[in-house]
Amino acid sequence: MSISIRHVFKRFGAFVALDDVSLEVPTGKLVALLGPSGSGKTTLLRIISGLETADRGTILFQDEDVTDRRVRDRHVGFVFQHYALFRHMSVFENIAFGLRVRHTPKAEVTARVEELLTLVRLDGLGKRYPAELSGGQRQRVALARALAVRPQMLLLDEPFGALDAKVRQELRTWLRRLHEEMHVTTVFVTHDQEEAFEVADQVVVLRSGRIEQVGTPENVFDHPATPFVMDFLGNVNVFHGRVQNGQMHLGPFQMDFPDYPHDESKAATAYVRPHELAIDRTQVTPTALPARVLQLNPSGSVVKARVASDELGIELTVDLVREQAATLQLQIGDRVFVSARNVRVFMPSDFTI
Amino acid sequence: MQPNSQRHLRTAGRMVATEPWWLRALLIALAVSAVVWLIVIPLVYVFWQALGQGIFVFWKNIWHDPDTRHAIWLTLTVAPLSVLLNTIFGIAAAWVITRFQFPGKSLLVTLLDLPFAISPVVAGLMFVLLFGMQGYFGPALREWGIRVIFAWPALLLATMFVTLPFVARELIPLMHALGSDEELAAVSLGANPWQMFWRVTLPNIRWALLFGIIQCNARALGEFGAVYVVSGHIAGETDTMPLRVEKLFQEYNNPGSFAVASLLALLALATLLSKLALERLMAADEPRKEETA
Repeated sequence: MSISIRHVFKRFGAFVALDDVSLEVPTGKLVALLGPSGSGKTTLLRIISGLETADRGTILFQDEDVTDRRVRDRHVGFVFQHYALFRHMSVFENIAFGLRVRHTPKAEVTARVEELLTLVRLDGLGKRYPAELSGGQRQRVALARALAVRPQMLLLDEPFGALDAKVRQELRTWLRRLHEEMHVTTVFVTHDQEEAFEVADQVVVLRSGRIEQVGTPENVFDHPATPFVMDFLGNVNVFHGRVQNGQMHLGPFQMDFPDYPHDESKAATAYVRPHELAIDRTQVTPTALPARVLQLNPSGSVVKARVASDELGIELTVDLVREQAATLQLQIGDRVFVSARNVRVFMPSDFTI
Repeated sequence: MQPNSQRHLRTAGRMVATEPWWLRALLIALAVSAVVWLIVIPLVYVFWQALGQGIFVFWKNIWHDPDTRHAIWLTLTVAPLSVLLNTIFGIAAAWVITRFQFPGKSLLVTLLDLPFAISPVVAGLMFVLLFGMQGYFGPALREWGIRVIFAWPALLLATMFVTLPFVARELIPLMHALGSDEELAAVSLGANPWQMFWRVTLPNIRWALLFGIIQCNARALGEFGAVYVVSGHIAGETDTMPLRVEKLFQEYNNPGSFAVASLLALLALATLLSKLALERLMAADEPRKEETA
């Protein structure tokens, strides 16, 4: 079941939550709505589900206009941020709820609930109460409860937000696998870019009620459309400079920037991701920046180096692969040269490069 | 969250006594003597007076006086009816206040407490002024053949007025704390509003609701002031049990008066016991289901 969102507006008092949002979610895809808090991502999800109504605009499921359809007739599975499990019901009854209110025959209910308990790997826990479960288990019950009625689509609001890092990682992988098995159209809200990239087929980046960029994770990560997206997708090093005649000038340094061939000098900002910077002991390219090592932190598969450029008066973060860090044998205070493999330049007032 | 909603969920932790022994002894003696002099002795006295001349006289006083019999019947009709109506109102009010935003909401919450603040006699007078023969609606209703003041509808109105806040007051803080997520989840799973209420809302609020009902009932049974003003005190017609107690006492019929009083006290004790039983049940029920997150 595909979802079409067309020119949706929503305000809460003076606060504009959604400002002319249009989006297509193709059938069977797993889509992440990514953005900081207040970007309108949860509001958009709730409008799709019918828990919230849009001030203007239309929502279509497949080709059917469901804008005025009530929540319970939209047939969507909604998973709440804090699960919203029925606290006075056992796990079994929680999952059975949607079937019971539809007067499904008893035998069928039991069979379906058992099937779902297996699917979410909670066999034998049907008699427990929500309060007796761990966070990850509660999340899976919430998911099973939403899936029990075979919804046309699955909507998840910050599904892993309240879990600790390890459980979150497990559930992400599991959700991805589950989606591959069932192929039900799924939209989830997150503020964690890593989560969005790891799980989703398509990422929608929102900012202040507007969509900044839509694309595959690779696409969004490698070709961020705006400085906001670049900035939001994790650590970046920012250089403020000017562009003129196809060149970008950063203090005494310059590099090619063919997108701006004009005479008039304009302010521009260059963004470089930490893993796109390289550190060398010698000046291998003329544009390499002399710098001093301030800090070295091993972090997972990389070593994060903090270096300072005295000429530009800025500090940079560089991600070094472990082996590379081992060959360089860096010490704090060492003089090094930093060069960029990939630079994205954005010009203010003109984000459409 | 207001302490009200947590009252029956909290179990007091053991405290380490730091006060000197004599202060503890003094405080305990004070508390015990207050309870004994203000509650135990009067209560025992009521029963002693009622049963002093034997169980047969007691029975005769209760059952062989048609006016007393009518008063008992009236109280046992008006009180449950007003409790029922106030339960429905209380749930509706708590729902509206905790689930919707609307102008004048805080005013509504404040007005809800008015019956606690206002003297019952004043409340009774208000009804007389509104529905009495010289009142605003009285003559018009009279033409329709409806009598409010000095008849049972006034008793119901007065009792409802003084017991109005009990159920709503008990529910509002709890429903605030619960939030509406579970209800929204129920609706998203296909429940209609009726199913949502019976299957999700009601089970979550049932203890607080029962608690409110018990308190409301206790107050409704014993209401005197407001009912006194609107009833007209017609024996065999508008006398409720508390009014009957007073009337018999005024007529120097002490055994009769104390017999009815002891019956009222028994009803009160039954209410108290059901409250106690309820608290036990709650304590047994909650640990498994109480939300820890």
